[in-house]
Amino acid sequence: MSGPAAGGHGAVAVAPHDPNIGTTGLDNRKLGMWIFLGSDCMFFGALIGTYLAYKGKSLSGPGPHDVFNIPLTSLSAAVLLASSLFMVLALHDIQRNDIKHGARWLLATALFGLWFVGNQVYEFAEFVIYYDLKLWTSLFGSSFFVLTGFHGAHVTGGVIWLLLLWRLAKRGLLDARDATKVEIAGLYWHFVDIVWIAIFTVIYLIP
Amino acid sequence: MATHAAFMPGVGSAEAQTGLWSWITTVDHKRIGILYGTSAFIFFLIGGIEALIMRLQLAVPDNTLVGAQRFNELFTMHGTTMVFLAIMPLSAAFFNYMVPLMIGARDVAFPRLNSLSYWIFLAGALFLHASFLVGAVPDAGWFGYANLTSPQFAPGHHIDFWMLGLQILGIASMLAGFNFIVTIINMRAPGMTLMRMPVFIWMTLVVQFLVVLAFPAITVALILLMFDRFFGTMFYVPAGGGDPLLWQHLFWIFGHPEVYILILPAMGIVSEVLPTFARKPLFGAPVVIYSGIMIGFFGFGVWSHHMFSVGLGPVADSAFSIATMLIAVPTGVKILNWIGTLWGGTVRFTAALYFSLGFIAMFTMGGLSGVMHAAPPVDLQQTDTYFVVAHFHYVLFGGSIFGLFSGMYYWWPKMFGRMLDERLGHVHFWLMLIGFNLTFFPMHYLGLIGMPRRIYTYAPDLGWNFWNLVATIGSFVIALSIAVFIANVWKTHRSGAVAGPDPWDGRTLEWAIPSPPPVYNFAAIPTVHGRDELWLQKHGDGHGGAPSPRPPVPRAEDIAAIHMPPPSYWPIVLAIAMTVMLAGLLISYTQVVVGGLATLYCMYRFAMEYHRPAAEAHS
Repeated sequence: MSGPAAGGHGAVAVAPHDPNIGTTGLDNRKLGMWIFLGSDCMFFGALIGTYLAYKGKSLSGPGPHDVFNIPLTSLSAAVLLASSLFMVLALHDIQRNDIKHGARWLLATALFGLWFVGNQVYEFAEFVIYYDLKLWTSLFGSSFFVLTGFHGAHVTGGVIWLLLLWRLAKRGLLDARDATKVEIAGLYWHFVDIVWIAIFTVIYLIP
Repeated sequence: MATHAAFMPGVGSAEAQTGLWSWITTVDHKRIGILYGTSAFIFFLIGGIEALIMRLQLAVPDNTLVGAQRFNELFTMHGTTMVFLAIMPLSAAFFNYMVPLMIGARDVAFPRLNSLSYWIFLAGALFLHASFLVGAVPDAGWFGYANLTSPQFAPGHHIDFWMLGLQILGIASMLAGFNFIVTIINMRAPGMTLMRMPVFIWMTLVVQFLVVLAFPAITVALILLMFDRFFGTMFYVPAGGGDPLLWQHLFWIFGHPEVYILILPAMGIVSEVLPTFARKPLFGAPVVIYSGIMIGFFGFGVWSHHMFSVGLGPVADSAFSIATMLIAVPTGVKILNWIGTLWGGTVRFTAALYFSLGFIAMFTMGGLSGVMHAAPPVDLQQTDTYFVVAHFHYVLFGGSIFGLFSGMYYWWPKMFGRMLDERLGHVHFWLMLIGFNLTFFPMHYLGLIGMPRRIYTYAPDLGWNFWNLVATIGSFVIALSIAVFIANVWKTHRSGAVAGPDPWDGRTLEWAIPSPPPVYNFAAIPTVHGRDELWLQKHGDGHGGAPSPRPPVPRAEDIAAIHMPPPSYWPIVLAIAMTVMLAGLLISYTQVVVGGLATLYCMYRFAMEYHRPAAEAHS
C-alpha cells in the first residue's frame, strides 16, 4: 500500500498555495459574496413587494407624486451610477499595483456614495418637514421610508467599507495582492447600485 | 508502521489545547459542531419539558395546572425552541462536524465566520430565554400571526423578545448558510465531482440554499413588525390600512422552505445510514439527489397551503394545491429508493438503522396526512385542529428527530471515539417509537372529532378525555426514552467500547481517518474516484473493477507542515456586541448606539485580523 504507484497517484493532489482558492479555482471570499448578494436580492425583493402591495392603499397623507422631486433624485441616481465607474477604475489601478491612483478612485467612489446618502437625508427631511410625511403617517410613508432607508443603510455600509480600504491604501497596507478584497467590495457596491435602479424605477418612475 | 503514530489524535497538532478559553476561541469545525450539538440538545430538553407541562395540563378535562396565559407561553416557546433552537442547530452540529470530513477538507471555507454563527446563535437563544427572567415570555404562537403581535393586542415585551430573538437567530443561520455553500462548492477534495458527493452533503447544500434564500423573507417580516411595535407604523394594522395577511405571506414564504430546512438534513442522514448497514450503494442515488433538489425548489412555491382558510380565491387555492401535491412525488421517490436500498442487502440491525427505519415509517405517515391537507376542502376541516398537530409532529419528530438520532448513533463513534451502547440504543428506539405513536397518533382522531389546537383546557363531555390521557402517557414514555439516551451517553463516555477509525465498515471519507479525527482531519488530502470513495478503496465497485488506490501514508514532516487557522476571540466579542445593540431596543437607545458602534468596531477588527502578517503590519 505504500508502493511507488500509490504514492504517484496521490501526488496528483495539488496542495493549494493560497488558502482562499478552492478546488474549483474560485476564490472562497468572492463566491461567498455572490451568495450573500443572492440572499440580499430576496431581502430587497420582500421590501419592494411590500411597497407594491401597499401602493395606493394609504388612507391619508400625501401620495408619492405629491412629494417626489424627480429631477433631483435622478441626479443623485446618476451620481450613484457614476460611482460604479469609479469603483471599476479603482479596482483596475489596484490590480496594476498603481496604489496612488487606486486610492484616489476609492475615495471618489466613497464621496459619490456620500453624495447619494446626503441627498437621501435631504429628501427625507424635506418629506418630513414640508410635506408632513412621516414614517407613521401612512402606508406610503412607512413602506417608502423603510425600503429606501434600508437601501441607504446598505450604501452607508459600502461607504464605510470603501473609506477603510482607502485608509489602508494610504497607509501602504493595500496593494495588488489585495485586489480580490477590493473586487469583493466592488461587487457589493455595484449590487447596491443595481438595487437602486430597481427601486428608483419602481417607486419614482412608474406612476 | 512507525508513521502511524502521526495519525493519533493529539500528536503534532493543536488538539492538546484544553480549557474553557480554547472552546470559546475555537475555529475548529469539529469543536463548533460539538458546541452546536450540546447547546441544541439542552434546548431540546427545555422544549421537551415545555411539551410535558402542556401534556400534563391537557391530561384531564378542566385542569388547572397552568392558566391560559402560561399555556400560550408554553406552546409558543415549545414551537420556537424546537424549530430554531433544537432541530436546526442539531442539524447544524452534523453539518459542522461532518461536511468537511465527508468532502475531504481540513475545515470549512470561513472558520472564524463559523465560530461567529455559533456565538450569534447562542446569543439569540439566550436572549429569547431571558424573557423567562423578566416574566415576558412570548405568547403568540411560533408563527406569531398579526395582529396577535400588534402593540394594541400584545402590550409589554413578550413579542419583542420573540421578534428580536428570531432576528438574531436568523443572522446566525444565514452566515452559516453562506459558509456551507462556499465550503461544499469550493472545498471538495480533488476528484469529488458534484455527483460523487455523498447524499448527506447534497442535502446540506440544498438546505443552505433554502436558508439563504428563505430567511430574508422572515427578516423583512420581523423588521416590519419591529417598526409597527417600536416606531408606530401600521404595516399589519388594519386601522391604518395595513393588512395582517402580509405577515402570513412573508412568514410562510420563509416558513415552508423552513420545514424542508428541518427535514432534508434528516433525509441526508438516512441516505448515509441505510447504505452502510445494508452494505449496498444507495439505490438510485442520482434520483435521490434530484428529488432533494426538486423538494427544495418546489418548497418556495407552496407557501399558501398554510393559508387556505384565509380564502385566497379558487385560482390561488388550486395552484398551491397542485404544487403541494406535486411535491409529494419527489418525496415518494425518496421513500421508494430508501426501501430499494434495503432490498436484498446484508442488513445489520443496529440502533442507527432502527432509527432510520423509524424515520421512513413515521415520515411516510406524516407525509400522507400532509397530502390530505393539500386539498383545500379537506384542509378547511382540519386546519387549527389537533389533526394538524399530529401531522407536523409525524414529519418533524417522527421525521427529523428520528433521523437526527439515527445520525447520533451512526456518527457518535467518529465524533468521540467510543461506541454508543447498542442494547440501550435499542431500548431507546422502541420506547421512543411506542411513546411517539401513543402521543401523536390519537391526535389525528382528536382533531377529526373537533379538538382545536392551542386550547389550554376542555370540557369533560366532549369525548376527548380518553385519548388526551393516552397522549399524555405517551409523552412521558418519550421522556423516558430520552433519559435512556442520556444514560447511554453517560455510560459510553465512562466505559464505552473504543471505536476504531471505521467501526461500521463505512462508505464515505470520514471513516478513513481516526476517531475522533485530528485537528487537521486529513494528513493528506484524498483524491476521490467515485461516490462511496472509502468503500471503493476497500472493496472495489462490486462488479469486478479494481479498488480505488489508497492514499499514500503521510510522513511526519508533511503533517508538521499542515497549517491550521489559529483561534480567535473576535467572533464571540462581535456576537456579544451585536446582541447588546439589538437588546438595546428594549432598554435604551443609548445602548443601541453604543452597541452599534461596538459592532462596527468588532467587524473591523474581525476583518483586519489576518489582513497582513503581524511582522509586516508594523513595518
